[in-house]
Amino acid sequence: MPLLFHKKPALVVYVTCGDPNLATTREIVLAAIEAGADVIELGVPFSDPVADGPVIQRASERALKHGTSLAQVLTLAAEIRQHAQSTGLIIFSYLNPILRMGMKKFCAVARHAGVDGVLVTDLPVEEAGEYLQAMRANDLAPVFLASPTSPDARLKQIAAASKGFVYAVSRTGVTGARQQLAADAQKLVRRLRKVTKLPVAVGFGISTAAQFAEVGGFADAVVVGSAIVETIERNRGREAAAVAEFVCGLSAVSHQPSAKTG
Amino acid sequence: MATVPRTTKIKIPTLAAKNAARMGHPRVPVRAPEPGRFGVYGGRYVPETLMAALDELDREYQKAKRDRKFQQRLDELLRTYAGRPTPLFFARRLTQKLGGAKIYLKREDLLHTGAHKINNCLGQALLVERMGKHRVIAETGAGQHGVATATVCALLGFECVVYMGTEDMRRQELNVFRMRLLGAEVRGVESGSRTLKDAINEAMRDWVTNVRTTHYLLGSVLGAHPYPTMVRDFHRVIGREARAQILKAEGKLPAAIIACVGGGSNSIGIFYDFIKDRKVQLIGVEAGGRGEKLGDHAARFRGGLPGVLQGTYSYVLQDSAGQIATTHSVSAGLDYPSIGPEHAALRDAGRAEYVPASDAEALEATTLLARTEGIIPALESAHAVAEVVKRAPKMKKSEVVIVNVSGRGDKDIGILRENLRIN
Repeated sequence: MPLLFHKKPALVVYVTCGDPNLATTREIVLAAIEAGADVIELGVPFSDPVADGPVIQRASERALKHGTSLAQVLTLAAEIRQHAQSTGLIIFSYLNPILRMGMKKFCAVARHAGVDGVLVTDLPVEEAGEYLQAMRANDLAPVFLASPTSPDARLKQIAAASKGFVYAVSRTGVTGARQQLAADAQKLVRRLRKVTKLPVAVGFGISTAAQFAEVGGFADAVVVGSAIVETIERNRGREAAAVAEFVCGLSAVSHQPSAKTG
Repeated sequence: MATVPRTTKIKIPTLAAKNAARMGHPRVPVRAPEPGRFGVYGGRYVPETLMAALDELDREYQKAKRDRKFQQRLDELLRTYAGRPTPLFFARRLTQKLGGAKIYLKREDLLHTGAHKINNCLGQALLVERMGKHRVIAETGAGQHGVATATVCALLGFECVVYMGTEDMRRQELNVFRMRLLGAEVRGVESGSRTLKDAINEAMRDWVTNVRTTHYLLGSVLGAHPYPTMVRDFHRVIGREARAQILKAEGKLPAAIIACVGGGSNSIGIFYDFIKDRKVQLIGVEAGGRGEKLGDHAARFRGGLPGVLQGTYSYVLQDSAGQIATTHSVSAGLDYPSIGPEHAALRDAGRAEYVPASDAEALEATTLLARTEGIIPALESAHAVAEVVKRAPKMKKSEVVIVNVSGRGDKDIGILRENLRIN
């Protein structure tokens, strides 16, 4: 199933799987889809999340405390796929758990689970040779990060290697909320448009409906991560309902249908 | 392991390709040896935001390497500020006591700031100056690299922030004070096991946020390319000196060189110029900690598997799901779950050998060296001394062995008092 952005801007929701436990993650994800999420990023908790801010660090620690693993996340993906046919599913992971499972095995299992794409935070295009091969062989979409610090030549490489969409990082830094979005994000999207026809999703630091609308004005999709994870953290016992309310609040602004697909 | 991710093609703008491009021909992708790879190990596994900064650092370093003025300035600072060359000292009483090979000590502990770390810090600090950056961040385990970084930042007038696990701050509190005295800001890291690995995570998060203005002065042969190569080059001076010194003193090469290995900077520094001397055994000593169970030691070659941690592909202590294991060592500087990628390659090639020394053995070796030679080694270096204690008696009296005393033990006095019953 290809990654589709049904509306403009589309909403991409990130969750750290296994926080507070996998059964709840499943409920949260289904609730988010019901509330309007177009694509779900299933975050694989990692012991050393160098690209993440405090919110996702804490969530990862909680998830790892009871042994959440990549294999379990893939099983969860398969369950979600049974309930949600048209939602894009992306595995969002650091490289080491994937290496430990084995690149080929990981891609095969992910495909079998009905996963659409994969984003590996600490795998730049230069090191992605074998990964891209295994992804291609299993018809999975590799999504790469583009950063405001990436020169144009790198943006070209990133866009060429990506499928489905390109994930533009709104600013330098780790994941997590910011009061203001730097002008960096819009500039980066503009630079990406020059080198690719793929849709561009912008993420990192987007936590409010106002920011969602602002970024949605120039990006095809908006990724909301830490704000979702924080909502989960703050609403013990009613995580799914709280996330649904939060997502409804965000996507209330995005009604227009869009023909743009990946 | 079959799952080594590898780049297949790298576009390198060779002169021919540049000319071809100028003449309107399409640029041809050229297959090239991969920079930053040691066998299958090494590479660059970082978030995209850092890639441009790593490229810039690599470019600047390559230029500096060929720049005579840069090299002269570095040499002069190493001589007049750090105190190079360091002596190669014949340990007469230790040799007698062990009754085997002649033991020489390479005295990196005599350097300014008390350890070999200053070699790399001076080198990188001069690069920071070249790149026109003014803010330097670093991680530290034992505090030796943090102190050396704070020192060069004071020397050259940079703003300095050092990340340190709170567990390490507790056990190396003297070094925390030294860094603050030198004007550095020490930021405690509460995550994970609150040791070196967690300090590196936090330093990387700072770098990814402030990359445009900040240089990450990484303190070991770890991390993404160009760090493992660059840091090794700045420490090569240890082996270069030791080789000339031993030839002068003994008229022959040593049978073995022994050095402790955390990330592996002092060991690769003393090994490097001896790699071509195939008969010289190279022995790295890892932290055997308090036992063989995962979590009780930091011996990566005893239970570690190839994987990616903090930017590089090397041996990593990890669980079956690829989560990084916690480690333990009495010495904060060796308490790290991965090892420099070049060591992994040397080990796979059979060129170097890696053995563990336990906490208890290291503590015992500390007392032994203190009482036979009047030298209190850093607890890290004491692991290397522990190995010579095991090995020298089995060697011929005509053979020579060099132990790298990478740092001095002043910083460890608190831990030594806790662990050694001395009245």
